[in-house]
Amino acid sequence: MHDAQPAVHHHTAPEGFIRKYVFSVDHKVIGLQYYGLALVAVFVGMVLSWLMRLHLGWATLAIPGLHLLSSAGAPGNVMTPEYYLSLMTMHGTIMVFFVLTNAPLAGFGNYFLPIQVGAADMAFPRMNMMSFWVTFTAFIVLMLSFFVGDGPPLSGWTAYATLSSVGGASGPGEATGQTFWAISIALFCIGQLLGSLNFISTTLDLRTKGMTLARLPLSTWAWFVTSCIGLLAFADLLPACILLILDRSFGTSFFNPAGMVLNGEVAKYSGGSPLLWQHLFWFFGHPEVYIAIIPAFGIVSHILAASARKPLLGGTRVLIGCMIALAFLSYVVWGHHMFLSGLNPFSAILFSVPTLIITIPATIAVLMWIGTVYGARLRFNTACLFCLGFISVFVSGGISGFFLAQPSIDIYLHATYFVVAHFHFVMAVAAIFGIFAGTYFWMPKMIGRMMNETLGKWHFWLTFVGVYCIFMPMHYLGLAGNVRRYAAFTDNFLVPLIPVHKFITIAALFTGAAQFIFLFNLFYTRFWGPKAPDNPWEATSLEWSTTSPPPFDNFGGRQMVVNHGAYEYGVEGPKDYIMQTDPVKVAGD
Amino acid sequence: MSESGAGAHAVIMEASPFGLQSKKLVIWLFIASDAITFGALLFGYSYLRLGSLDWSYPFEGSSILNGFIMTVILLTSSLTMLAAVMAAKRDNKGQCLRWIGFTILLGTIFAVLHLREWFHMFGEGWALYKNPLGGSPIFAAGFFGITGLHLLHVISGVIALSILAIRYNNGALDKTYVETTGLYWHFVDLVWMFVFPIVYLMNAAVR
Amino acid sequence: MGKAFGAVVSIIALVSAYFIVVHRWWLPVDISTTGPLIDHQFNETMVEAGILFIAAQLILGLFCWQYGDKPGRRVKEFPGGPKPVVAFGVIIVGLEILALSLVGSKAWAAIYMTPAPSDAIHIDVQAEQFAFFFRYPGPDGKFGKIHPELMNDGNGDYFGIDPMNDVAARDDIMVGTLTIPVNKPILLTLHSKDMIHDFYVPELRIQQDILPGLEIPIHFTATKVGRYEIACTQLCGLGHYEMRAFLEVLPQDKFDEWLKEQSGD
Repeated sequence: MHDAQPAVHHHTAPEGFIRKYVFSVDHKVIGLQYYGLALVAVFVGMVLSWLMRLHLGWATLAIPGLHLLSSAGAPGNVMTPEYYLSLMTMHGTIMVFFVLTNAPLAGFGNYFLPIQVGAADMAFPRMNMMSFWVTFTAFIVLMLSFFVGDGPPLSGWTAYATLSSVGGASGPGEATGQTFWAISIALFCIGQLLGSLNFISTTLDLRTKGMTLARLPLSTWAWFVTSCIGLLAFADLLPACILLILDRSFGTSFFNPAGMVLNGEVAKYSGGSPLLWQHLFWFFGHPEVYIAIIPAFGIVSHILAASARKPLLGGTRVLIGCMIALAFLSYVVWGHHMFLSGLNPFSAILFSVPTLIITIPATIAVLMWIGTVYGARLRFNTACLFCLGFISVFVSGGISGFFLAQPSIDIYLHATYFVVAHFHFVMAVAAIFGIFAGTYFWMPKMIGRMMNETLGKWHFWLTFVGVYCIFMPMHYLGLAGNVRRYAAFTDNFLVPLIPVHKFITIAALFTGAAQFIFLFNLFYTRFWGPKAPDNPWEATSLEWSTTSPPPFDNFGGRQMVVNHGAYEYGVEGPKDYIMQTDPVKVAGD
Repeated sequence: MSESGAGAHAVIMEASPFGLQSKKLVIWLFIASDAITFGALLFGYSYLRLGSLDWSYPFEGSSILNGFIMTVILLTSSLTMLAAVMAAKRDNKGQCLRWIGFTILLGTIFAVLHLREWFHMFGEGWALYKNPLGGSPIFAAGFFGITGLHLLHVISGVIALSILAIRYNNGALDKTYVETTGLYWHFVDLVWMFVFPIVYLMNAAVR
Repeated sequence: MGKAFGAVVSIIALVSAYFIVVHRWWLPVDISTTGPLIDHQFNETMVEAGILFIAAQLILGLFCWQYGDKPGRRVKEFPGGPKPVVAFGVIIVGLEILALSLVGSKAWAAIYMTPAPSDAIHIDVQAEQFAFFFRYPGPDGKFGKIHPELMNDGNGDYFGIDPMNDVAARDDIMVGTLTIPVNKPILLTLHSKDMIHDFYVPELRIQQDILPGLEIPIHFTATKVGRYEIACTQLCGLGHYEMRAFLEVLPQDKFDEWLKEQSGD
């Protein structure tokens, strides 16, 4: 297999700790750096969610040590309502940007895209390194908001004007914290834009001999499509953040209308519109959620074929079509976040139609996956289980979208826990399951050691049941009218729902604890895991045609020649799969 | 067959679907994203202007004339840049550098005229947050914000062209970089063709 | 493992559905004239969504149960290949979407694209950090002009009216509870003086963001006497969770009494 590839020149490996592991231009190191950043971010985000959930279940609870994080936000260790909102803002911001956009796209994508296309590295390795360090800086700036001024902003990850655009007059954290937030996100946009440039050019230009676009694995297609979306979406968020900074610190009024009365005085703003922020934000924000999920589509499809030992139903064509359709449609639905925002009511009907239509490619993708499971010979390793779990939770999350896409129903469900349930299922659960599946599947390749399957299965089962216990009840809360972003529940119609919140909190703490199994598994594997062979899963794509981990130039100087598509599983003969690099006629045909 | 951009030698690869080298593709992609950035700003400006009850129309004949001159200068600089690219394609380094020089000169004149106008406006009481005519402050914020971002692109372009000229001259960069920098410069010109009518002409003082 | 997954996912689906079917936590009883349209739309969607949800989870579970790695068995493609499945997705989902949009737009239009009846009672609503205030025009039927610079919560001038110089403002009635007569159309004009707030009454099936710089009309007719909560649902700052007011729906005669009392003050 490997001998069929002619040898080419080497290029030299980097020397020294700093060039090898810190300021490295090697896409594999950069991929691991992004993954590591996402890992830190997800634990910070998860701890924030525990703090939030504890407060929601027990509003007067003294949480030991909380006053160390903020003496103003938690006097006597009891969380104030404003600090709840600050923690909520940071939770959302960290999770959406630094976890969901980082790990599946920048993490796995950086590591595996060049390998899956058969290249030695990304098209622009130095720009790649820059994009990571810009993103890292953005994370540091965001974390600093915990410790500056009066803490992090409290306007939510959506940072709606005018709460976010008038500076300290609207509440604690809005003076300095919000500015740090805006700078962090602006930096993040730049990092993402640089990354997109690399992903797109590498996919189009650096494919090795025989790797036609049709033979690319679905994970690569997903990273490519996602990067195209991100290129345009982040280009819109960047000016939005800059305008926000101008309004807050330079006296402009892009988002602030005339006649506002703040702290008893008429504010000097004039001419602006809070709706402008919403348009600019959601024009980014809706494509962003597809940026969060499409890599998971690709990763799950990729792993499912290998686990099921058969090609995906519809081949790669149908799923690629679904991803591209989702990408296009994602740009014309942003107004469904604004049905009740004060826009002309006719626009709600205009936006709800494509929002409902977007259901179609998503449904077809789900049907392709379920249809792939039919007639399969599933190998239920942990990666496979997370893929199957992904299908289940994505269905759950997608179905609630049906309700919210209709303006007439959104009148009741807007800003309730029904929305919280919906986006957590599709993002926090489904996308995270995609990341887990990718980790269990690709960790052997990345660090050269097999992860522990027993620990992995415990992790899966506890998490799978746990996330349903956490997020399914949130639908019911929404049906009862439970308003979201409330620090505590004091309304007459909300008080009877507090027991449900307590249940959710306990489920969240248990599920959170289960993640330590995963963390321990990662740690254990790194130091004591059994050595991984080149192709432990008997998979077909190019990453499995090289060592675990790959050499610095991915293929040891060999020219990779591709003769087959990415999912030739279930073939007759002693070996039930054909690797992409296998010769045209496999021995035994 | 295209060259690998990552330093490996003589690797045989699939042809890029657009027949574009990575460098050129990346400039086009960057242009696409930058177009969205300017588009977002122009959208915001238009959105707020349409909703405004007290818009200002301060640009007298002299300002419009200045704007026209700036437009002609920028358009000419695109022509000189085109000439530079054509010279580079013919491997006529000397001519190419001359044309790049003209482009830098014209770009600098544009920036100077622009800043001159800005400082004139500051002198009359304009600021990012202030409209001395008493009308919508969005006029000021939009004007300085949008033309400011464009000016930033012009100045970056002039710097990039200067670096290009030096390094093309000493052989560190080849002729493909002339083309990609040229693409960026044309984009900056194209943006101005939107900015000038929307931000200047539509706000001309109507007698 | 496959059987375990199949079993667990099926149990989860059925347990989830159970709580919906028995209405364990549900929408409160509707008290508005437009509510039934929304509830009907909601119930239709729930049935269709429920069928899809259960079917998808159970079929996934079934396939996982059946199609483990049995030695000697050959993998097989879904019968008919992708085309019938794609067609099913497009046609069934497409039809459902069409149906939902067409019918649903009527419910939406009834509330948002229908003008308020001419005999609607006009009430002004002011939202601010962190309270709602309501203003009635008084016997003259006219509202006084709003002056932001005169707004002063301290002396009760929530709407910034100028009774000294503005005749229409002199008889404006300002209260903290939205009091309305039953079965009469009400037209609210929503104002905000600082942040974006939201006016939400679950029982009325009404929700509308309130934006500074905009005057947003919304109308409804309440059909049951009672006391209901108005919650703010758009994050507006630290007091967002306790920003509420009450909607008091009174019989017509009691309302007339109340209004007379207020005008007398």
